[in-house]
Amino acid sequence: MAKEEQDKILNEVTESEYKYGFVTDIENDDIGKGLNEDIIRMISAKKKEPKFMLDFRLKAYRHWKTMKMPEWAYLDIPEIDYQDIIYYSTPKQKAKLESMDDVDPEIRATFDKLGIPLDEQKILANVAVDVVMDSSSVKTTFKEALAEKGIIFCSFSEAVQDHPDLIQEYMGTVVPIQDNFFAALNSAVFSDGSFVYIPKGVRCPMELSTYFRINAENTGQFERTLIVCEEESYVSYLEGCTAPMRDENQLHAAIVEIIVKDNAEVKYSTVQNWYPGDKNGKGGIYNFVTKRGICEGVNSKLMWAQVETGSAVTWKYPSTILKGDGSSSEFYSVAVTNNHQQADTGTKMIHIGNNTKSTIISKGISAGKSNNSYRGLVKVSKNCEGARNFSQCDSLLLGDKCGAHTFPYLEIGNQSAKVEHEATTSKIGEDQIFYCNQRGINTEDAIGLIVNGYAKEVINKMPMEFAVEAQKLLQISLEGSVG
Amino acid sequence: MLSIKNLHVSIEGKDILKGINLDVKPGEVHAIMGPNGAGKSTLASVLAGRDLFNVTEGEVSFQGKDLLDMEPEDRAKEGIFLGFQYPIEIPGVSTVNFMKTAVNEHRKYKGLDPLSASDFLKLMREKKSLVEIDSKLTNRSVNEGFSGGEKKKNEIFQMAMLEPKLAVLDETDSGLDIDALRVVANGVNKLKTRDNATIVITHYQRLLDYIVPDVVHVLYDGRIVKTAGKELALELEEKGYDWIKEENGK
Ligand SMILES: Nc1ncnc2c1ncn2[C@@H]1O[C@H](COP(=O)(O)OP(=O)(O)OP(=O)(O)O)[C@@H](O)[C@H]1O
Ligand SMILES: [Mg+2]
Repeated sequence: MAKEEQDKILNEVTESEYKYGFVTDIENDDIGKGLNEDIIRMISAKKKEPKFMLDFRLKAYRHWKTMKMPEWAYLDIPEIDYQDIIYYSTPKQKAKLESMDDVDPEIRATFDKLGIPLDEQKILANVAVDVVMDSSSVKTTFKEALAEKGIIFCSFSEAVQDHPDLIQEYMGTVVPIQDNFFAALNSAVFSDGSFVYIPKGVRCPMELSTYFRINAENTGQFERTLIVCEEESYVSYLEGCTAPMRDENQLHAAIVEIIVKDNAEVKYSTVQNWYPGDKNGKGGIYNFVTKRGICEGVNSKLMWAQVETGSAVTWKYPSTILKGDGSSSEFYSVAVTNNHQQADTGTKMIHIGNNTKSTIISKGISAGKSNNSYRGLVKVSKNCEGARNFSQCDSLLLGDKCGAHTFPYLEIGNQSAKVEHEATTSKIGEDQIFYCNQRGINTEDAIGLIVNGYAKEVINKMPMEFAVEAQKLLQISLEGSVG
Repeated sequence: MLSIKNLHVSIEGKDILKGINLDVKPGEVHAIMGPNGAGKSTLASVLAGRDLFNVTEGEVSFQGKDLLDMEPEDRAKEGIFLGFQYPIEIPGVSTVNFMKTAVNEHRKYKGLDPLSASDFLKLMREKKSLVEIDSKLTNRSVNEGFSGGEKKKNEIFQMAMLEPKLAVLDETDSGLDIDALRVVANGVNKLKTRDNATIVITHYQRLLDYIVPDVVHVLYDGRIVKTAGKELALELEEKGYDWIKEENGK
């Protein structure tokens, strides 16, 4: 009976609807399916890119052709036909937006519905937003206000036009094109994303946020984000994502590169809520992401905070190269999988500089028939003295048809390193739920309370508005999952 | 207010309650005593709606409503409170957040608006002093790492917050030191009105010195085999349960 009860709640939680699943009816300009050098030339031409950019893409493509999709992850992915994907699709609208009024009303309506007003007056005053729909950036807010401080916050495409020297200097330095299969693919066909540049000594006065939306059918999204923080600067950057419900799977392969110089600090928060597929595992986004930052300067800091609730498949390991002496990095993650979702996620902390420090807090929550894996590497290089790492990987199970797995890897090349690892696995107990019930709290809310309590350590690291959204999302994505 | 008729309950095919009859009126205090394994906690759990147990026969009505037909959370909001024999730990969930959710769910059920943060904190302060519970406890996650006695105190604190019509306190006295016992019993007494009722399950007559029962029942082998005034508790203390067992043919 305990089991029946749990199954009942599990079903309830798993059967909730994905509320961002609508499709916007707008005309798209795409280049047709398929991938070859001509397509890449076409993408580059459409974006009026300088030659260095086309060369970069072609080099990446040629390398990608020699590579195979990685198979080491604990994921069961059907074969992907890379010729059956549209690599470039953009909402048709005027080439250059002068004001809000130029944004297609349908697109504005879409983002209003998602709770992201593009109108600067309506936006919370401390968040600047760049909005990317399918392959293009639609609108960046507060650009002028930021420019006064010398901060550049614009779409990647704009940056290629307006700041080619910066792009050329930094792009591909943290995630080289040959890094991995999906990184090479992204480097060949990437569409749009955000570019952030914080000059020396500047604290960015507001949160910078990019909102990614896949709308068009059969289209892959390949965004690219580059953040450069000069000495003594600071920025907090947020990223959110959604996609319509579609029966076929859609590919998303992104790259994020972050460069943090002396005494600078970057906080990078993600709420990933791509369409996870329906409760029978049909549809959903395949999410293959390479995110990496380098703490290049002394005492530089990089924090990753992520709440991952979406995607049919997630393959993602935000990583930090701790190169500068005394640099530090933290990774806080909550990954929820439900129904037939699969996630293989974690981080890599590469200690190179002396007295570098890293912290990893990973909280996996599995429900339904899903599989949730943590995969993390802590590497201390030979000449790195005094490295410290603390890792904690917890798994929470709802029901007994889901799986949680932990794959921690250690490569310690220097005896002075101190590395600690803790791991726990727990289940939401029927007795905990009953205890809440007895106080008047229904099962759904009880699970929300328990799960948010479990994930609190991570959520607390997120900026306020994001934390609130993340909490709701956790509850919604587990709705119907315990019974 | 509570009327139990011929209640039979089993778990995994094993009969545990074998025809319980019990009537509780507003303003009354009932004590239920009985040897280990007699079915006291089972009775309390069934009233609260734990579906681990199967009700195979009988009826329970609470304020005129069919209790067995209600979800556990609705029973709670109708006014049934169970003080758990073994309170559950909920790591990461703060007592404040937990109680706020619970109190507001109760209010919603009654058609009231949720309490504002400041009103809620005021209510908490008031109830904390009533049951003399330390803020050090209520600032922590629900029951996490609490000592046995602290957990019991926390149950009474929650009871004070929720102001139930019928409180079923399952061995709330066990594990309490002498001072704590008095504090907890005082709390229960202060919460007593003419309209609410209490069922205390206990092994010790000592508690009944503080919380004076109107009726004492002996539950033995799934049945209520004896019902009398509070002097019965003294008799049990003195003689143990052997004579009850003999009277009932064992
Ligand atoms: N989940 C369960 N599975 C199997 N048997 C159970 C379960 N819960 C209770 N029982 C059995 O039911 C009987 C009554 O248990 P219950 O907890 O109601 O006793 P009690 O009167 O409260 O005893 P105590 O004074 O020790 O608290 C016992 O024999 C117990 O082993
Ligand atoms: Mg008991």
